[in-house]
Amino acid sequence: MARTLLPIALVVGVAFAPVCARAESQLSLKSVSVDLPPGDDMFPNGPGADAINNNCLACHSADMVLNQPALSKAQWHAEVDKMRTAYKAPIDPKDADAILNYLVSVKGVK
Amino acid sequence: MVTEKAFLSHSLSCRRQFLGSAGAATLALTSAPALADTVVKLLLPGGPDERPMTTAFPQKGALILQRTRPPLLETPFEVFDQSVLTPNDRFFVRWHLAVIPTAVNVDTFRLTVHGHVNQTLSLSLNDILALPRVELVAINQCSGNSRGYFQPRVPGGEWSHGAMGNARWTGVRLKDVLDRAGVKAGAIQVRFNGMDEPVVPDEPDFMKSLDIDHARDGEVMLAYAMNGEQLPLLNGFPLRLIVPGWYSTYWVKMLNDIEVLDQPDTNYWTKTAYTIPDTPRANIRPGETDVKFVPISRMVPRSFITNIKEGDALQVGASTLARGIAFGGDSGVSRVDFSSDGGRSWQAAALGTDEGKYSFRQWQHRFTPPTKGDQVMMVRCTSSGGEAQPDTPNWNPSGFMRNVIERTAVVVA
Repeated sequence: MARTLLPIALVVGVAFAPVCARAESQLSLKSVSVDLPPGDDMFPNGPGADAINNNCLACHSADMVLNQPALSKAQWHAEVDKMRTAYKAPIDPKDADAILNYLVSVKGVK
Repeated sequence: MVTEKAFLSHSLSCRRQFLGSAGAATLALTSAPALADTVVKLLLPGGPDERPMTTAFPQKGALILQRTRPPLLETPFEVFDQSVLTPNDRFFVRWHLAVIPTAVNVDTFRLTVHGHVNQTLSLSLNDILALPRVELVAINQCSGNSRGYFQPRVPGGEWSHGAMGNARWTGVRLKDVLDRAGVKAGAIQVRFNGMDEPVVPDEPDFMKSLDIDHARDGEVMLAYAMNGEQLPLLNGFPLRLIVPGWYSTYWVKMLNDIEVLDQPDTNYWTKTAYTIPDTPRANIRPGETDVKFVPISRMVPRSFITNIKEGDALQVGASTLARGIAFGGDSGVSRVDFSSDGGRSWQAAALGTDEGKYSFRQWQHRFTPPTKGDQVMMVRCTSSGGEAQPDTPNWNPSGFMRNVIERTAVVVA
């Protein structure tokens, strides 16, 4: 076993030590400008799709919701509530009901 | 069948110089390409467990797309088999708030240090680069890494095991920065804020706090380099807080504001979010109430097999190499034990180079599958603090701090 581990030490020692020293002397930071993907895909059609599209996509893309496991109505209710109370999503109470119905129908426990 | 390859077959070796100006210039020209059409299966119980691989994010290679906006990008697990340091372009990404600056000018950027201090500071990056330089290898792991394996399942980022990474961080001690400002007597905590912003007006800004003694322990750092290069923007360029041994939630990205507090921080992200049951291993029964919750803090030991995947076929009677990574959490790795028979017997694995107590430690072990049939490989880390991974998974409603001994089912034929 000692023999099989020896190459590790060699690789790490040889590859890292000298390059480290070089990085030390060349330390400088460059400005960065990037584009991020918009993540603006709509939710799949379903009852209440308009409500969820209009209220939820401002803060996060739909894939987060669609990647969730099947949750009970009580769990989805808690999620919608958290968005409203903790994260202050300005969701109209009527829309909140529609969003909950959509989540239960598309992502509810079957 | 698993074949042996050289340990550290792809090292990070020679990419450790800082990005040249050519590198930075091309970034702006690289508009987001279409999402790759490859799909990865994460084997999350009950599903859905298919995720697209994406190459659409700037300064990033192929990552697992958990959420597009704000980005949640997971490191594909095979990356952890390739080197003990996670390459910057494969390092996982996790943002809370959707307003993320897409441009940072290194000449105008300022870090403000204010609050319960003798003098407010406004530091340029050159000011920070002029402070004594320190370097540390440390694991950055999301509190909810492996959340997708909680049963019963819980809502949140449905990660597999790739919401973690290990890097060599270069920067300055937070203590040195605080000393320049002069912390006044009576300081209690230090609060960190980055350049990301909420979408709606009353939404809580993402901020985290550490106790004053922790902040001044000489280990907590402000990093301006990661594996010898400036940080990718999505990993927190130009400055990121490094809190060795603690979960990633404290490692504030794009850090531009440090406030010394003379009262405990009551902001949502410190006090309310990211809390765990105040029980051993943050473990409770599903539905259990009357539980006290406290802010999450230090990490716990974990270990993984990186060269044998679930469902792989091994050859009976053939000498077989298992290898992987382990970490102690907030202390080093004391030992790693491997089992090729579902935990009935354990053998000590050999440990690779020690990159420091906050780093991944590679391990490997050679064994010979004796009989044909289904078998389960397991690996268990014991930290230098004497804490071993448990046999049974923990559960809590946020899906935090998983560290059960993981199981990899294989077929010996």
